[in-house]
Amino acid sequence: MANRVSEPLFHIVKRDNVSRKKAWCIRLIAIVLAILVSAILTTILTDDNPFQVCITMASGAFGTMRKTMVTLQNLAILLIISLALTPAFKMRFWNIGGEGQVLIGGLAAAACMELMGDRLPAGLSFPNWFVMVCMVVSSILAGALWGFIPAALKAKWNTNETLSTLMMNYIAIQLVAYFIIKWEVPKGSGKIGIINQSTNIGWLPQLFGSRYMLSIVLAIIVTIGMYIYLTYSKHGYEIAVVGESERTARYVGMKVKKVIIRTMLLSGGLCGLAGLLLVGSINHTITTTISNGQGFTAVMVSWLAKFNPFTMIFTTLLIVFLGRGASEISTKFELNQSFSDIVTGIILFFIIGCEFFINYKINFRKRKEDDVNV
Amino acid sequence: MVKYLGNVLFGHFPNFFSEETSLEAKVAAVQMRNVTKTFGSVIANDKVDLDIYKGEILALLGENGSGKTTLMNMLSGIYFPDDGQIFINGKEVVIASPKDAFSLGIGMVHQHFKLVDVLSAAENIILGLPGKLDLKAATMKIMEICQKYGFEVDPEQKIYNMSVSQKQTVEIVKVLYRGADILILDEPTAVLTPQETEKLFNVLRKMREDGKAIVIITHKMHEVESLSDRVAVLRRGAYVGDMMTKDTNAQEMTDMMVGRSVSLNIERPDPVDPHKRIAVRGLTVRSLDGILKLDDVSFDAYSGEILGIAGISGCGQKELLEAIAGLQQAEAGSISYVSDDGRKEELLGKDPLKIQEMGVTLSFVPEDRLGMGLVGNMDLADNMMLRSFRKGSSMFTDRKAPEKLASKVVEELDVVTPGISTPVRRLSGGNVQKVLVGREIASAPKVLLTAYAVRGLDINSSYTIYDLINQQKKKGVAVIFVGEDLDVLLEISDKILVLCGGRVSGIVDGRTADKNQIGLMMTTVGGEENGK
Amino acid sequence: MFDLVAFIPRAVGQGIPLMCGSTGETITQKSGNLNLGIPGVMYVGAISGVIGAFYYEKSIPEPGTLNPFLAITIPLLSCLLGSLLMGLLYCFLTVSLRANQNVTGLAMTTFGVGFGNFFGGSLIKISGADIPSIALSRTSLCFSKSLPFANNLGWFGKIFLSYGFLAYVAIILSFVASFIIKRTRPGLHLRAVGESPTTADAAGINVIAYKYIATCVGCMIAGLGGLYYVMDYACGVWSNDAFGDRGWLAIALVIFTIWRPNVGVFASIFFGGLYILYLYLPTGMDHMEYKELYKMIPYVVTLIVLVITSMRNKRENQPPESLGLPYFREER
Repeated sequence: MANRVSEPLFHIVKRDNVSRKKAWCIRLIAIVLAILVSAILTTILTDDNPFQVCITMASGAFGTMRKTMVTLQNLAILLIISLALTPAFKMRFWNIGGEGQVLIGGLAAAACMELMGDRLPAGLSFPNWFVMVCMVVSSILAGALWGFIPAALKAKWNTNETLSTLMMNYIAIQLVAYFIIKWEVPKGSGKIGIINQSTNIGWLPQLFGSRYMLSIVLAIIVTIGMYIYLTYSKHGYEIAVVGESERTARYVGMKVKKVIIRTMLLSGGLCGLAGLLLVGSINHTITTTISNGQGFTAVMVSWLAKFNPFTMIFTTLLIVFLGRGASEISTKFELNQSFSDIVTGIILFFIIGCEFFINYKINFRKRKEDDVNV
Repeated sequence: MVKYLGNVLFGHFPNFFSEETSLEAKVAAVQMRNVTKTFGSVIANDKVDLDIYKGEILALLGENGSGKTTLMNMLSGIYFPDDGQIFINGKEVVIASPKDAFSLGIGMVHQHFKLVDVLSAAENIILGLPGKLDLKAATMKIMEICQKYGFEVDPEQKIYNMSVSQKQTVEIVKVLYRGADILILDEPTAVLTPQETEKLFNVLRKMREDGKAIVIITHKMHEVESLSDRVAVLRRGAYVGDMMTKDTNAQEMTDMMVGRSVSLNIERPDPVDPHKRIAVRGLTVRSLDGILKLDDVSFDAYSGEILGIAGISGCGQKELLEAIAGLQQAEAGSISYVSDDGRKEELLGKDPLKIQEMGVTLSFVPEDRLGMGLVGNMDLADNMMLRSFRKGSSMFTDRKAPEKLASKVVEELDVVTPGISTPVRRLSGGNVQKVLVGREIASAPKVLLTAYAVRGLDINSSYTIYDLINQQKKKGVAVIFVGEDLDVLLEISDKILVLCGGRVSGIVDGRTADKNQIGLMMTTVGGEENGK
Repeated sequence: MFDLVAFIPRAVGQGIPLMCGSTGETITQKSGNLNLGIPGVMYVGAISGVIGAFYYEKSIPEPGTLNPFLAITIPLLSCLLGSLLMGLLYCFLTVSLRANQNVTGLAMTTFGVGFGNFFGGSLIKISGADIPSIALSRTSLCFSKSLPFANNLGWFGKIFLSYGFLAYVAIILSFVASFIIKRTRPGLHLRAVGESPTTADAAGINVIAYKYIATCVGCMIAGLGGLYYVMDYACGVWSNDAFGDRGWLAIALVIFTIWRPNVGVFASIFFGGLYILYLYLPTGMDHMEYKELYKMIPYVVTLIVLVITSMRNKRENQPPESLGLPYFREER
């Protein structure tokens, strides 16, 4: 043989269909590997052994009853935001404006609390239930409006939604910043502080005697509702068709623009609801960072769950657990709080990467030297 | 003949007859041995042996899905074989990328043009070559090649401004520019007029005289007969055999391709009680970028008749059907629907939903099955729901009826599928089309629009589709059948409307029309009379 | 009175990080990769430079003078290395493993910002400062050194010659990028890869290599933007989250400039001006809150520009056709 044949070392073949069980196995392995890597990283940074690190993380998330409840409450909020973004993603509308939609919903709720609460001139007051109704309505509407603008631009001119929703985030942040200074207490502090501290006007009610339960119960309702909406309703069907192929949607007479706008109203509205819970039920104040990047995290949560509302419970749990666990570690070892972002990033990279092994197969060189000769 | 029978009976069979008898004098440019390629569970090529000789035009025949394109893609470096060997000029080679293919002198003109729309012809032609970017020198060389073979190319024209035949010319020049001497053309005539085809064939013959090895993939028997020296046939991924073109005929080749004899006759029942159903008057459509797509088109379509539409691809067929279906806005004209009692209703300016609400049952089998007619990632039942999901006032969809319909379509049309919850993109082309047509005729339409209904289908599926269309015709449906194969159009249609550049070139009777006449009408409005 | 001569240098200072980010992202997008991780990359670039500078400064106790060559090379190289690693990570996930680009990008931003703040925070702790920031003023002096005679040339010197060398590097890089994309063979190949990878592949162009190289070079240029911000604009002071959302604005700028880095030079400076405009607009004595509204201007303008570009529907002004889509040669 004159020329030595150099076959590529491996080549990649697309897999047709991998069983669901195998797919989840691959994902599970990826998560375990990612946790291992994070644990090793933590060990390097803290000199604690990896096993101990895991225990610390678990105790951070579920160590006490209160910690468990906080974890669940965080889970509920992130879950609601992820669910809110899901119909948009199913429609292939990259709504990364969850952050802004949550904030503006929160701002609307805070505005109701501010303007209809302690600030009213003496003698004038609204009944608490009325304030709450106003908060609910206005925050959902505000969120929906923040979803409507990019949707309308997309429908009318096909404006890139990834960037328009992103810009809407910053517009929301600056609006909140404006009102914070307008309402700041005390003057010059740059903070609003707890709103209606004395009268508790607009503080959403506690459920089952716990201030964490309202968000949790709502999250359960939204999860079930979203599952039914996406799987069984005509709207859900339209969303799926528009997402798969706009041309098919038009072919069967669906009004694509209407579907885009309607879905984004829903998506934004639900984000507004999350904002309402953050302000009215959890923090009773508003800051520009109240949503804490969850609008972005939710994009990944929703995608990791393959847009299935029930799977989303687990992906949310994973992210929240990591976040709380890593923050426990950073507290214990006096590391920076951003440690949790790094750990979350690592886990995400592993899960994102593992999808490859579900969809593709690598065939390594199998020909032997002696086969090459004819 | 013995060998041919053997192949018919046993599928793959060694082809020592032909090798021994006729080709010892020729030099093999390419030898493929035992080449195998699988995609998931589908075996696209199974231990294929194929020789290609210098100074010869080889026609590679086979039904759609028989693995012709896959096999050639392995030569051009797009796919990598799972097993087997390839020899070029007697030396074993590894073609791991298109670059390797180029350096071995292999060039392929793909069926779907591999051109970058926003770049100019010259930029596309020199794409991928090393060296400094010198468009002037490239232009000179391009003009040289054009002169040698008689091409017309404007090197500065952007691809998105070009017609399909111009794009194809760019593709061929691109391959020649690289000095390829093994040239592969994948269904090059699918988008050309008979006249353009003849021009292309002349060029190919010139190249053969230059000593180049040429492979042409096609389904069209008459092209095989007029152009090629030798025919090689693939069936279901396996090599069936080869023979000299002069020693064979269309019937024999078809038999080798499909494995058994099939009648080429398509049924054409006489129309029963035809009356006017769709009247199109002065329809003028402009595309979004301002190009006139339909220009003053007028015709009538009758119930119980098949109106065939002939024309070079992209000269207004798509716009015409979409305008009737309510998917295309028009600049001027009218499209009226005539109901049984003679009432006329305007369809233009209404969307598909409005048309449906008016009580006009109009079915449309579009050209782009998985991009428009069906949703590839959804299962059969969900795809059936596309037409019916709005039924009922409930907020929720009714899943029972579509599931029933899906089962019915699968059963009645022999759709090969693991079940009704399989995503349609996993089905083969023929089965996808059966699902689409099955759904469209399920609503008992008054008008049926079909675009390239058998494109990419094997012969058996094609006949199933012809049968279905004829059944609809017998039920009194007005059928508008856009086709590309003139033989089929001439056999199935009662009348044929010929489009040329968006204008009606003429309407002829399907029973008496002549193929050449239609071919001419496709390129010149009015055909011969105006052409002279 | 509005002082233009004072305003322009500040606008340029604000514009340079945006310019680096958008030039880097344009190169990346031309290869068909939509890298939403640019904000993270710029953080990593900045903090890598800071780490390099921090340890170099530490190795030479306070009164000692830094070797200007090392003071520039060490942070520069560590910045390039950090951003290169981010680029490789993005490419490995989206090109080799064909992952979703949007999700990968967002994860990179989460990671990158976290990385920056984590190590920033750790350095602050090591340095034991009272305030939550690190000051690398000695390194910064090397970076922000402008031509010695710039101050003698009045307004001309102030507007054109008063910047550190990285600013000029950024401007030159942008013009060079424009030239390469438009006028050279690698540029032609890059455009082909972004428009239609199947075509490029069939033409014998190594699509994977182009995507990797373009994305990694893009990330390194973007990382320089982060470095410029810390070392020159912020005078060597790193504080967590200070870099803010400039990375996102840089991505928006790519669309604003319709994928032309040479236009990006002017667009970035314009946006830099918008970014600090609030400092110059009158608010009245006790209405500080209006400043927050003025800060909204760049985002509103970006949004408006986005809408206008999408309204102008010209073929040449559209994004690369395969932008955001993974490429697999044997796709069926």
